Amino acid sequence: MTKIDITQNQILKKLLKGRYLQAALQIVMLMGFVFTILAGFLGTPVGSHNFGLIFVWIAWWALLILMIVPFFGRGWCAICPIPLVGEWLQRGAILDPLPKRPPFIPRRISRIFRNIWLQNIFFIVLALSSSVLLTTPKSTAFVLSGMFVTAILLTFLFERRAFCRFLCPVGGFIGLYSQFAPLELRVKNKKICSTCREKPCYNGSSLGFGCPWDSFPTALRKNSYCGFCMECLRTCPNENIAVNIRPFASDLNTPLRRVDEAFKAFIMVGSAVVYAAVFLGPWANLKDAAYSIGSLAWFVYSLGFLLITVVLLPGLFWVSSRYMQRYETRQQMGKTEFAALSTTVIPLGLMFWIAFTLSFSMTNVSYILVTLSDPLGLGWNLFGTANIAWQPILTSLLPYLQTVILLSGLVWSARIAQKITEPMGVSAFPIIAYGFGVTSFMMWLLL
Amino acid sequence: MSKMERIFRCLVVTALILTTGVTIFFWSKESLIHARIPEKGGWSPNIIKAQVGKSLRLKFTSDDVVHGFAVGQLPMPEVEILPGKISEITLTFDKPGTYTFYCTRWCGVNHWRMRGIIDVEGERTGVQTVSPPLYVSINLDLDEEFEALSVPDEIPSPIRGKELIQQIDLDDQLLSSDYYRKQSPYQVFETLNSTNLSEDERWDIVAYLWQINTTLTGLETGRELYAQNCAACHGENGAGDGVFADDLLKAGQQAAQTMNGEREMAMQIPSDFTDPRHLLAKSPAYLQGKILRGGMGTGMPMWGSIFTEQQLWDLVAYLYTFYFNYPNKEVQ
Repeated sequence: MTKIDITQNQILKKLLKGRYLQAALQIVMLMGFVFTILAGFLGTPVGSHNFGLIFVWIAWWALLILMIVPFFGRGWCAICPIPLVGEWLQRGAILDPLPKRPPFIPRRISRIFRNIWLQNIFFIVLALSSSVLLTTPKSTAFVLSGMFVTAILLTFLFERRAFCRFLCPVGGFIGLYSQFAPLELRVKNKKICSTCREKPCYNGSSLGFGCPWDSFPTALRKNSYCGFCMECLRTCPNENIAVNIRPFASDLNTPLRRVDEAFKAFIMVGSAVVYAAVFLGPWANLKDAAYSIGSLAWFVYSLGFLLITVVLLPGLFWVSSRYMQRYETRQQMGKTEFAALSTTVIPLGLMFWIAFTLSFSMTNVSYILVTLSDPLGLGWNLFGTANIAWQPILTSLLPYLQTVILLSGLVWSARIAQKITEPMGVSAFPIIAYGFGVTSFMMWLLL
Repeated sequence: MSKMERIFRCLVVTALILTTGVTIFFWSKESLIHARIPEKGGWSPNIIKAQVGKSLRLKFTSDDVVHGFAVGQLPMPEVEILPGKISEITLTFDKPGTYTFYCTRWCGVNHWRMRGIIDVEGERTGVQTVSPPLYVSINLDLDEEFEALSVPDEIPSPIRGKELIQQIDLDDQLLSSDYYRKQSPYQVFETLNSTNLSEDERWDIVAYLWQINTTLTGLETGRELYAQNCAACHGENGAGDGVFADDLLKAGQQAAQTMNGEREMAMQIPSDFTDPRHLLAKSPAYLQGKILRGGMGTGMPMWGSIFTEQQLWDLVAYLYTFYFNYPNKEVQ
């Protein structure tokens, strides 16, 4: 399938280049975000009836994992309210780039942090406290407000969207799985970029701001570090930016290159497996341990979580890859090869998360209607749904759906394994066997 | 600065202020009474002001488990308070005073500590006299432990007791409710020592004397009160093995480590009303006093501000049914 550049349609192009709709959506999201935080702090501490908690972890999360990321990649980042205020303060403007520099000049973030290790660490920290986070509205509100304040503070210290690019725990996995999206922003002709002296797409111009994600559009190989903010579409003087509709998961044909990205893939797989065990499994002691933050049991749980996500899963994968290398080519297994082969884990992770998310979203969807009618827990009944009984939907279909989803992840992973190993002249079997083992385990946990 | 830039800056500021302001406005307008398990704070607020004759609208929500709301000594339906939901009730008080409200659901081991007061202000009409409880009038020491030195070999029969009582010359005062309330079954048994009846026959008469001081309606009230308020610790069948008994024991063991040793621990164990040595040695006045005043230092709460006088006597009468086997009809 060839790519279709939607900017060829003048209406769509105008819509994407225009700032008003995007800014207006961001403001609406900001209102929702602030209300969510306030509802978390002021509303009922009963998680199932708190608007903040239900909307973040049931409605928004399900929408993100099931719809936005697979179909629009970083589409959420384009309207995320978290960077709005900080970016305004940093740039000195919301819409119009200033003719002069803002009053302070933030620094470029140090080279040592120019990767997603911090995002990985931040995600793990939140994942280890997720039992409390997902059930205690105040914790959710505290984390959201913390992210909001941190994003603002970082704009004073570092240039562009340092929080989004290097720290946001959500941004990390959106970036990883945005490689699936059938939508991409790329340059049309790289030769035109090489002759462009001003590079307004990166440096900004009177037409728009320089890339907030610190990316050169011409260097974009994957969706991971493109926030779909459309600034480059606005600033490019050569009309050389395309927004393409493309086949699903096109980015996965290009293997990962960095170990931090490879570890992100394993962390996501590992956390989905642990979450399935904690939240959907029958082990009460495990639930208690995950919930009792600071206790000895929690430290043991955390150690187990870390062992699974950053030692066992990558370790087993490394052993599989090494087995393949040693017996077939007798080559050394380096970081680059490890990262490249880790690309095969990405489809497994996304499908694990989709299958896991379906479980709790289909079970708890009725709470959305309840909290919508009484968002602050004050006894309101705005839409007449405040008192509806808890009602899971289509849960009889869930095992079949999850089986199909997990198996499609395995097939997809196997296909990518074949594509990646073919040029290397080695067998994909050990990696496929690894994927089969992990998928079987996840299937056992979910079903 | 362009016009649109100005508009969007205003919109961002307005969005922040409006969302925060409107949310806080609506939130602060509603004053809810939050119910939490006592370990997390109990009722909040736990003191409510009211005026005589003016309706008092109360809105409740539970922040954790299911709770219930009722006001002691006031005939009113219990209000169920569900987690995250709002329950409402409107009360009107006829008399000024301090009313105790309490949780009616077994919400946790410290459930009975979940109480608050409604301070009702208003003009007092006339002088209200309050008579002291019976245990005070008869100078009964509630902290003294009594045990029956002799207990029946089998459960006494009030029906046999009724037949026997017609065969002996019994002092009329033994049939009075005043006598019943002040004496323990064992004391009456000892009093009947002067007759030529066997021990079992004397116990049958005691059972009959206790039976005639109860009514089926009173026993039913006592049963309901017991099930709702006492069974959590004393057990459904009065054996001191309620769902919280183990937790009370643990709490007692912890107290024993930090307080004065084993005695505190033993005192945390709920009374076993099926043990005749224990129950038959206690007079109704003693049991009523214990319920009314509480165990003072044990886990036994005070119910004087919650139960009415009649409810207390009904509950006491019901407690004896854990040993005495009354027939299902009135015996006169």
